Amino acid sequence: MQRIGVFVCWCGSNIAATVDVARVAQTLAKEPGVVYATDYQYMCSEAGQKLIADAIRDYSLTGVVICSCSPRMHEATFRKTAARAGLNPYLVEIANIREQCSWIHKNKEDATEKAVILGRAAIAKVHLNAPLTAGKSPVTKRALVIGGGIAGIQTALDIADAGFEVDIVEKKPTIGGKMAQIDKTFPTLDCAACILTPKMVDVAQNEKINVFAYSEVEKVQGFVGNFTVTIRHKARYVDETKCTGCGLCTEKCPQKKVPNEFNLGMDNRRAIYIPFAQAVPKLATIDADYCTMLKTGKCGVCSKVCSAGAIDYKQQDRLEERQYGAIVAATGFNPISLDAYGEYAYNQSPDVVTSLEFERLMNAAGPTGGTLLRPSDGKHPHTLVFVQCVGSRCDGDGRGKSYCSKICCMYTAKHAMLCREKYPDTEVYVFYIDVRTPGKGFDEFYRRAVEEYGVHYIKGQVGKVVPQDGVLKVQASDLLENRQLHIDADMVILAAAMEPDKSARPLATMLTASMDTNDFFTEAHPKLRPVESPTAGVFLSGACQGPKDIPETVAQAGAAAAKVIGLLAKDSLTCNPCVAKPDELMCNGCSSCEKVCPYGAITYVNKEFRGPNRTTLLRRVASVNPAVCQGCGACTVACPSGAMDLQGFSNRQIMAEVDAICK
Amino acid sequence: MQADVKQRAIALLKEGTADRVLGWKAGEFFYDLTPAVFETSEEVERDFVWSPFSAPNLSKYLIGETRKPGKIAAFLKPCDTYSFQQLRKEHRIDREKVYVVAVQCGGMCDIEKIKALAKAPTAIREEGDMLVVSTLYGEKRLPRQDVLAERCLSCKSTKMAYYDELLGDDGEDKGDGRFEGVRRLEAMTPEERYQFWRGELSRCIRCNACRNVCPACSCEKCVFDNPTSGVENKAAANSFEENMFHIIRAFHVAGRCTDCGECSRVCPQHIPLHLLNRKLISDMNELYGPYQAGADLETRPPMTDFRYDDPEPSVVARRGGAQE
Repeated sequence: MQRIGVFVCWCGSNIAATVDVARVAQTLAKEPGVVYATDYQYMCSEAGQKLIADAIRDYSLTGVVICSCSPRMHEATFRKTAARAGLNPYLVEIANIREQCSWIHKNKEDATEKAVILGRAAIAKVHLNAPLTAGKSPVTKRALVIGGGIAGIQTALDIADAGFEVDIVEKKPTIGGKMAQIDKTFPTLDCAACILTPKMVDVAQNEKINVFAYSEVEKVQGFVGNFTVTIRHKARYVDETKCTGCGLCTEKCPQKKVPNEFNLGMDNRRAIYIPFAQAVPKLATIDADYCTMLKTGKCGVCSKVCSAGAIDYKQQDRLEERQYGAIVAATGFNPISLDAYGEYAYNQSPDVVTSLEFERLMNAAGPTGGTLLRPSDGKHPHTLVFVQCVGSRCDGDGRGKSYCSKICCMYTAKHAMLCREKYPDTEVYVFYIDVRTPGKGFDEFYRRAVEEYGVHYIKGQVGKVVPQDGVLKVQASDLLENRQLHIDADMVILAAAMEPDKSARPLATMLTASMDTNDFFTEAHPKLRPVESPTAGVFLSGACQGPKDIPETVAQAGAAAAKVIGLLAKDSLTCNPCVAKPDELMCNGCSSCEKVCPYGAITYVNKEFRGPNRTTLLRRVASVNPAVCQGCGACTVACPSGAMDLQGFSNRQIMAEVDAICK
Repeated sequence: MQADVKQRAIALLKEGTADRVLGWKAGEFFYDLTPAVFETSEEVERDFVWSPFSAPNLSKYLIGETRKPGKIAAFLKPCDTYSFQQLRKEHRIDREKVYVVAVQCGGMCDIEKIKALAKAPTAIREEGDMLVVSTLYGEKRLPRQDVLAERCLSCKSTKMAYYDELLGDDGEDKGDGRFEGVRRLEAMTPEERYQFWRGELSRCIRCNACRNVCPACSCEKCVFDNPTSGVENKAAANSFEENMFHIIRAFHVAGRCTDCGECSRVCPQHIPLHLLNRKLISDMNELYGPYQAGADLETRPPMTDFRYDDPEPSVVARRGGAQE
């Protein structure tokens, strides 16, 4: 006979104001199997937990029902309480009478009735609960960081610093990411390369870190602590062990007309190239789309000039399988495509540029050698118009993003300020919806742009940019003055919204990590678990989780590293025992469950069974890896014979709950 | 064809391609053919029958037969080959232990229809499109088309889903004509439809013949036989539960039912059970795109497949998907 204790929490006034908690306890006390029922102000408090633990001992309880908040909040708390009192923690059930009852009802009578029903369902379930024991699985003490921008670099450095091995997989030929393309950083205006490249060198020199540049993640299998990842090392056509990075080939290559992606296509590079001077690893890479030798078989200049003999036109992509305990997604962002924004004439005039292109135009290693020159005629611009929120905060028009890209206000202020400082003969206009400057030293920075540098900030949007007679005719409205403006500008700089890198979506599928509608990775909890993905063992670093500036990215990268270190420091992990389990006698071996399992937790084994007349039958039956199974229950629904069941949430338990509710 | 089929069966046994042959033999009457396993050429010679009454779908028997040692040659009609493929897809049949001889079929005949036109039949033979029925009152010639079984009148396909060897010519897909019965039901008002099914299903005697013959109902242990399911051997408490059995069964096999029509054929109460399955097939085709269970080994049945652009039928007011 079950001896069940029911504990009804007031949650201060959260529950007690809408639900008559005393009546709930009295009513539930009459349910079959219930030997003790009470209510208390804060069940999760130390005194409340003691109340539960004492009742478990005093009344020899075999099951506990706690009517309180969502199990996501305190299930773990109360399970620990039960365990301390000597009761198997999986004999505790939570009836959520807060989020699912008191918070959504106004009428106390109705809410009380519903709370009783929810409690009754939990009692019906706990009658069928079985004591469960959590298993253990080992941890591979190596982390994988996907993406080699500042987020990935910082995460890798921090993990390596704690003594664990880290691999960085970067799809481009070099690590560095977007930060390597940036000229100066707000709000201190120090040079991005000066603070980034030492970190890149640290990565290269750290013996705990392997950099797999020009590589991509092909396949991810396994689970927290035991991931097996297939990495595709793309063919560089250059032997990485021989190339010294001298760069001679990149000077001699006759194919000079390749758009240089590092400078966003504003100048050209050769078909064999090193992205930039401080690249890590400093290796030449042949661009197979442009290399004459690879396309026609005639050329071979780079091979002739290479004294190291590193050129290998026959190189192939190479697949490698590596084991990891944790994976960090650090896939970063890109500015959105501006093709849909015809009104800004981005595709009509080379003098209309994105802010990232403007960074390159200001940079000493950029296409203009650091002198600000108009791309169309190489002349010095005098009037510059900055347009903010291009594609940000514009829900509903189908072109842009609903969210704020967060960094544009600050980098636009930076650009405006740098322009005015370097070229005092310029007039700089900034069109904005709002100027958002929350951050240390950020508002002061923006005020400096306005007050010290005389940047014209105008609240309003630019309606149209028309290239005409060598100038850009900018039509805009000044909302504060309520008038139309016509400005003849030499350059227009668009603060394009940021969006997650395109590689993030397929990666999320491989990692079974969830994403929001904008393809940003979702965190396990927006406030309390901001650097973890809901998928165990997968962590988030940088702008792949949401728009971020460099300080925030670095902070989050460190936080993600701390979480990874916390995981890798363990020798084994406790598994969730609420996992699927097949009844082998009923299993048909039909593979329905295997096909719906999002975690790849189900395999099949041929097992011998006793057949009729003392015979032995070999049958194919499902087998669940409890360390991989996340207990989602998809298999239990798909199973045609009802052989698959979820421990702790068995079909019988669910039916008992439904019956109790419908009684 | 009868002679060809028999000859092939004997040859397969003699040349050692198979140790056993799965086919049909006559029951009490010439028209009630039942599945049979033959181990010698003599048995085949004596008992094997291929006729317009070789209706039983043999695929399901291969689940048990392929667990035995040795190889079995199975004679399958076009609709049986779909069940065969579906069972292979579900890993229920050991492919290595079967040799599939697909036999083209001109449609199976309904003895009740024959009896209505030719009293007291004693034997039957095929002559082109005609059936020559011997009766106690002499011979009678009937066009085959007039006496075809209901399910064969709405045949989905005479194209074989799979075979190692083909007797006769491969056929073709017959299109969506089979859904006419479903369309008639859909045209009814809910009240009419309810009355229709109450009328049909109230005749059910829960003999379980439909379940036992169904190739998709091949669970090691059926939920209705499972003591822990809570519904084992449960007598219908009211006429509503009586109806629900068939609806639950139709949902259990949804996405795996190849529409072979065996359920309706074996029903002693002549309940048109196949209409339930066809309605689900028709709905799935409409919501998730055309799908034929057992047509191949790779595709995933719509009910256990999730795609990002799947419509949500429960929240879509108009049929045709979420894109509307």
